[in-house]
Amino acid sequence: MTSIKMDPVTLAILKGRLEQIADEMDATLFRSAFNPIIAEAHDASHGIYDAQTGETLVQGKSGLPIFVGVMAFAVKAVIERVERDGGVADGDVFIFNDPYDGGTHLSDFRLVKPIFRNGEIFCYLASVGHWHDVGGNVPGNYNPQATESFQEGMLIPPVKLFEAGVLKSDIVAILSANSRLPNSLYGDMNAQINALDLGHQRLADLLDEYGETDVSAALKLLRQRADRMMRDHLAALPDGTISVEDYLDNDGVSDDVLTLAVDMTISADRLTIDFSRSSPACAGPVNISRSTTIAATYVALKHIFTDVPANAGVLQPVEFIIPEDSFLSVTAPKPVGGYTETILRLIDVMFQAFQHVAPERVNGCAYGTINALSLAGHRGDGSRWVMFSFFGGGHGGHPEGDGLNHGNAPISTATIPPLEILEAAYPVAFTQWALRADSGGEGQHRGGLGAVYEIELLEESATAFLFGERGKFAPPGVAGGGAGAPNRFYFDSDGPDAADGRESPPLVSKMTGIRLKRGQRVRLETPGGGGYGDPASRTSEQKAHDAAQGYVTSAGKGAGS
Amino acid sequence: MSKSIVIGVDVGGTFTDILALDENTGEVRVAKVPSTRGDQSAGFLGGIKAATDDLGAVSTIIHGTTVATNALLERKGAKAGIITTAGFRDVLEMRRRDRPTTWGLWGQFTPVIERQSRLEVAERTLASGEVATPVDPDEIRAAAAALLEQGCEAVCLFFINGYANGENEARAAEVLRDAWPNGHVSVATEILPEIREFERCSTASLNAYLQPVVANYLARLEERLEGEGAPAEILIVQSNGGVMSVDTAKALPVRTALSGPAAGVVAARRIASAAGFENVITGDMGGTSFDVSLVADGQNTLTSQASIDFGMVVRTPMIEMTTIGAGGGSIAHIDETGLLDIGPQSAGSDPGPVCYGLGNDRPTVTDANLVLGRIDARNPIGDKLTRLDSEAAAAAIDRHIAGPLGISVEEAAEAIIRVANAKMAGAIRLISIERGHDPKRFAAMPFGGGGALHAGALVREIGLAAAIVPRFPGVNSALGCVMSDLRHDEVRTLNRMLDTLDCEALTAMIAEITASSEEVIKRSKASIDGLEAVIELDMLYLGQTHAVAVPLSVSHSGITTEAIRAAFDASYRRTYGRLLENIPVRVLNLRLSVIGKRPEVDIASLARGERAASADDCHLADQKIFAGGQWHDGAIIDRLRLPAGAVVNGPCLLVQPDATIYVDPGLAARVDDLGNIIIKEQE
Repeated sequence: MTSIKMDPVTLAILKGRLEQIADEMDATLFRSAFNPIIAEAHDASHGIYDAQTGETLVQGKSGLPIFVGVMAFAVKAVIERVERDGGVADGDVFIFNDPYDGGTHLSDFRLVKPIFRNGEIFCYLASVGHWHDVGGNVPGNYNPQATESFQEGMLIPPVKLFEAGVLKSDIVAILSANSRLPNSLYGDMNAQINALDLGHQRLADLLDEYGETDVSAALKLLRQRADRMMRDHLAALPDGTISVEDYLDNDGVSDDVLTLAVDMTISADRLTIDFSRSSPACAGPVNISRSTTIAATYVALKHIFTDVPANAGVLQPVEFIIPEDSFLSVTAPKPVGGYTETILRLIDVMFQAFQHVAPERVNGCAYGTINALSLAGHRGDGSRWVMFSFFGGGHGGHPEGDGLNHGNAPISTATIPPLEILEAAYPVAFTQWALRADSGGEGQHRGGLGAVYEIELLEESATAFLFGERGKFAPPGVAGGGAGAPNRFYFDSDGPDAADGRESPPLVSKMTGIRLKRGQRVRLETPGGGGYGDPASRTSEQKAHDAAQGYVTSAGKGAGS
Repeated sequence: MSKSIVIGVDVGGTFTDILALDENTGEVRVAKVPSTRGDQSAGFLGGIKAATDDLGAVSTIIHGTTVATNALLERKGAKAGIITTAGFRDVLEMRRRDRPTTWGLWGQFTPVIERQSRLEVAERTLASGEVATPVDPDEIRAAAAALLEQGCEAVCLFFINGYANGENEARAAEVLRDAWPNGHVSVATEILPEIREFERCSTASLNAYLQPVVANYLARLEERLEGEGAPAEILIVQSNGGVMSVDTAKALPVRTALSGPAAGVVAARRIASAAGFENVITGDMGGTSFDVSLVADGQNTLTSQASIDFGMVVRTPMIEMTTIGAGGGSIAHIDETGLLDIGPQSAGSDPGPVCYGLGNDRPTVTDANLVLGRIDARNPIGDKLTRLDSEAAAAAIDRHIAGPLGISVEEAAEAIIRVANAKMAGAIRLISIERGHDPKRFAAMPFGGGGALHAGALVREIGLAAAIVPRFPGVNSALGCVMSDLRHDEVRTLNRMLDTLDCEALTAMIAEITASSEEVIKRSKASIDGLEAVIELDMLYLGQTHAVAVPLSVSHSGITTEAIRAAFDASYRRTYGRLLENIPVRVLNLRLSVIGKRPEVDIASLARGERAASADDCHLADQKIFAGGQWHDGAIIDRLRLPAGAVVNGPCLLVQPDATIYVDPGLAARVDDLGNIIIKEQE
């Protein structure tokens, strides 16, 4: 490796300018997107990627963390497409959602734009966003019963959306024809184009000012720095192998538990992460592709080693062992729609593993499920509506204090749409939007509380589905802390399985085709976080405060019961 | 004689700064007195008396206050309760389901209103505006009684979907105001009638939390002034840099969350612009904190909402500001890992730095500056002390820092300053470099009593173009008070499709809000050069949730759909580049600000006063100054008498009653035509 030199002030400025470009792209998409999953929940990301390898060079701070790692694979897929088919030109923009090449699931549409300087590709800019509906069997695409990706939505390989700056309207027509919500699709796609245009403009300004050589050197230095810091952190930990398992309730198709096992070996400044003991590929949609597995591990490492810069350098000292038949390494057309559940479990497993070598760096597991809940139907005037959102839960207790109540998922920085925005857009009324008492895991530092969301239908009829997890296996604590409360879901029903006028899903945390009538409700009780440290060391003042605030009730059962 | 004196008062944690402007003659007088903890109004009055001989000639007192800021940061607001819709008492605590940092999951959040003081009543309005469950007055009375029983001093009333139809909330408010023994009732839709429950609830809750503290303070202030037979009108600076009446401030204290700092930035922008600097980074160094704000292309950076702390969200228009705990009173200490650090603990003004001799024995940033000869011990700023105790400061640094680290007192003092400078530089980088602004294009404008002691170091450490020190840096925020326009903001959620919008009704609504806002402004006795209404619609394509601000002008014949559409297209294209075809457009909110333009303050008038013929004539004394590990022979120079164009080389101190400017070896200070000092590397 040739050594590159740059004065620290210039490097700091370039780092700031480059991150600012990605941040501004994030902001542009969030503000001009149509569907609340992007606009409010920030399920999107932007970055700058290497011209040859597709590796992440710079990532926006406000996008979804999981995309940091995964977008490198998406850009790589475009690079391979260009190498195979040739013919890339200035002004081209590629669009696709192939999850086996690009990671995550079909809902995430990627727009990738080569940036040309002096007739050559200097780097790629990419934008990814979670579209509201991309066809498939269920509105919103979280189909817990999918057994092939064809039931999850349309699959678009890398194709050109723009050719030399000209929008290809036939591609837009194909995409629009395959969505239940074509206006939303059109709006989100345009918002992503806005973001790429803005990024291109800002990057061109920067390159004009500092020159390609300096910017390129800065990008290399930033990556080397992340690599070096990661190695320093690993070298400070004791050598050895740690084995940990955690579980998924089921795959949504059959009620069989899936194991996510890791054997993690630290050897000097290297880390080997072996997923060989994990379950094989399953019928239902909790499989993930190899690229998603690697990206999720990256997110876990960044939560544990927070000071390492967010770029490809983090993974430089890490080796992966993921067997080809694993549910962590599937290929088309195995369904992957519920990838969020699997990567959340993967992150939980990493916290549980690192508690044995670096308890001062970890926290109790967070609520561990995205809880994708969809209500859909038609209004009185015949128009279709789809309310689809992810719901929050408790974060784990940690060395500095109790877990955060009602936080966002570790794989995202998403905020939840305001309930007033949801009620204004869809024929529903929330009857409860509250903290869930007694849901935090016990510990010296208690797990944060999950939430209770109860929603009433204001139209004649609707269909609901839920894609959740942690119904059987509650979020574990670490360093002696107890588990949080598991996920619970109820829906009003007068069917034969109803008790007290309501039912729960046979598969605990996943169900499709729930029929609701006007006035009926669904109720989601989300998990609290795991505790941190021995519950016996919790002070009586802390316990009294928990009781006074109603975080822990007089039932005194504590978490998880 | 006519009442022609306008007084700006900025009460900081350490000093209360006063600037008196005679609007007839342009004469300016300044004063700086110690702030009085506990009851800021005492120091306030003392300061006004120091700045004017004739209280009767004062027409208006414009006040930037940190009472609200401090109450929020120190969590010293009142015990408050919430009365809310059944099922929603946790809205305040659930936030928008976020976390403090992207990486790492160690967040914590304590809401300002405890869960046990958040009570629910049966009532419900739907998003359509339909009242599904009317509110029962008896339940409101019972909830009020329960909260009073708990000892709550203030109450927030917040109902879901109140923005869509405020009927239930208004009915409950009437009952609640009747049942509540004091006026401290914050009604969410009166404060922010805008969609998004958490932002509205948080803003209203913080208003309740602040109301007893701020309202009681302002009432004491009014009493004291009346007691002195000074019936001048008091106006309060808002976080957006505009000013409002005392009555509005009592009702809407949350709008003063960043009152004091905002005034300083207003003054900084105007002074810098007049001096030819369109890009400046302002740095306000007080006793306990350092506040930075960015002015790019002559404009303040505004934000529509801010988090005072994680989850402590205030949604009102504000000047964007970053604050760190590094001020003159910040205490230097050795942390657990054996490293030197300063703050966040501060000695404030009482007892203040060790050199004040008022009881503190832990060394502060000011003590370090004194030991290094960067402050003149014989002429302390402010009127409280006659001299500063250098020996005591040196002894404290020796005992707490130099001894444990095994270095000399001077080296320890310089290390304290270096740590403080690094912290301030970090805050400046955060708002400049990290946002892609090149520091070479920016000048630092330090103000506050201590800012100019560090300006040169910041120029060098960050690579800024220069530092510009205004003529009265120590009373800059007080000056900003005098320069601020009167401003009244209103917002209404419309939530209508553009093609079904009743433009006549909107025109009437705008006329009505404009008239009532103008009424609010005209109630003030302060002189106004003219009224200006800024009208904006928040608009978006159907399906989007974030709006673009669409400036609107109202013609005599009223507003038309076509005109709104054209304005939307122009704003959308400017913001995002591409318009969308065949997607209907929604009008979410109407925002209306009425601005009462205050008479322009002639910046040059600040530079009046007798000047010496040359820089040499301003030499007051020789001064030993420690910098770069050694003592230098420097000078103390009378700053205000320096003639325009004079250049003095560091190391030296430029002294004036309200502040001290320290010029490092190798740097030069030049006086510009407006009396500002420009510090750059020596040529």
